[in-house]
Amino acid sequence: MITIVDYGLGNIRAFVNIYRRLNIPVEAAQTAEELACASRIILPGVGAFDWAMARLNASGMRDTLDELVLGQGKPVLGICVGMQMMAKSSEEGALPGLGWLDAEVCRFDVDGASNWAPRLPHMGWNDVHPLSSDGLFEGLEDVRCYFLHSYYLRPLAPAMTLATTDYHGAFTSAVRAGNIQGTQFHPEKSHEWGIGLLRNFGAQ
Amino acid sequence: MLRPRIIPCLLVHEGGLVKTVRFGDPKYVGDPINAVRIFNEKQVDELVVADIDASVRGAEPDYAMIANLAAECRMPLCYAGGIKTPEQVERIIALGVEKVGLSSGAIEHPDLISEAARRVGRQSIVAVLDVRKTGLLKHYELVTYNGSQRTGLKPAEFAARAEGLGAGEILINSVDRDGTMQGYDLNLVEQVRDAVRVPITILGGAGSLGDIGAAVRTFGTIGASAGSLFVFKGRFRAVLINYPSRAEKDALCAEAMRNK
Repeated sequence: MITIVDYGLGNIRAFVNIYRRLNIPVEAAQTAEELACASRIILPGVGAFDWAMARLNASGMRDTLDELVLGQGKPVLGICVGMQMMAKSSEEGALPGLGWLDAEVCRFDVDGASNWAPRLPHMGWNDVHPLSSDGLFEGLEDVRCYFLHSYYLRPLAPAMTLATTDYHGAFTSAVRAGNIQGTQFHPEKSHEWGIGLLRNFGAQ
Repeated sequence: MLRPRIIPCLLVHEGGLVKTVRFGDPKYVGDPINAVRIFNEKQVDELVVADIDASVRGAEPDYAMIANLAAECRMPLCYAGGIKTPEQVERIIALGVEKVGLSSGAIEHPDLISEAARRVGRQSIVAVLDVRKTGLLKHYELVTYNGSQRTGLKPAEFAARAEGLGAGEILINSVDRDGTMQGYDLNLVEQVRDAVRVPITILGGAGSLGDIGAAVRTFGTIGASAGSLFVFKGRFRAVLINYPSRAEKDALCAEAMRNK
């Protein structure tokens, strides 16, 4: 069973629809009780860091989530801001992150006047280069996914980088640290590549 | 490499999809959900859906329709139409929409942009600029309410202001080219592109993949959106939803991005 943390942010129904089509049991959790029986967790996210953290903190699910992930080691997949929230802090906000990952969230340093310099947000379809062909990226080729963000996760322990993407240099577009994984891109909006990645997460 | 985005734009009018010419003469082209399903199969880069009734009627956005579209979309969705308050923006983003387009609401109350960006992040805020050439000198001017009202605002100036307030994308829509399939107004695009540092998306006039290629050749990694091009086929404008294959898109973009 995949449980999607529904704290009012992110495209819950898009995940549910994909897993239903894949015949993988899925449900959305809006309360700590619903979340408590999760065996695999997706933490989605769209929006500003503090706004997302505040909604998660106010959802009543924060303590249960910490216990499942840190205490019981349940597999979790963070998406976009959902992944960024797993870090300790973000330059985008003042609230502390979940602190599950030894990482911080930084703004792309692309300030430049040239019309050909990269623009922010990093918006659109970009190549994802997996550093490992097992796990989330198993069986996926020529991976390209949809990005929509101006901040990226910078691991303080490089070993957790699972994939990189180039935008004004390479940045970490997917992470893995034990049971904790995350993608900066939106697999729920990335056609066959995203569906393949979500299938892999469901099958791990 | 970040690729140019090729984006069908769908207009909703009285519950159905329509295509307009110069913002008038809406022609029925089908059902919104059905169109989304076809675009899913065609693996489009993004989708823009604009409700062209909401603002002119002063109506709330149709949240049920937006929720259904968002759930059906396997690609990122930008919704525009009738958004006047940050609460509406929050509600629409919470339905699973990636981006919201703000037009008259932001032009009348620019604080809408900053307050909405503060809540949902600037990456989800698109300033939509409907532009018409007006007056004897045919200067570019922002218009609102489906092109019926002039604002006296210059597109490049308002785009820069919107960026400063927190817009993460500027969508430039040429009313004069809408539905004409005569090609994008690249002069207009250049003015706005030079005024901002956020991504831009252009709309209005694309009549062929060649028009998209020309825009990418000129402006690099931009969003190229089109209505008629992706819903009509042939000179008699028969309704047929279409979109380039991945190979066609890759070839188009590789050719256009060469030397960039």
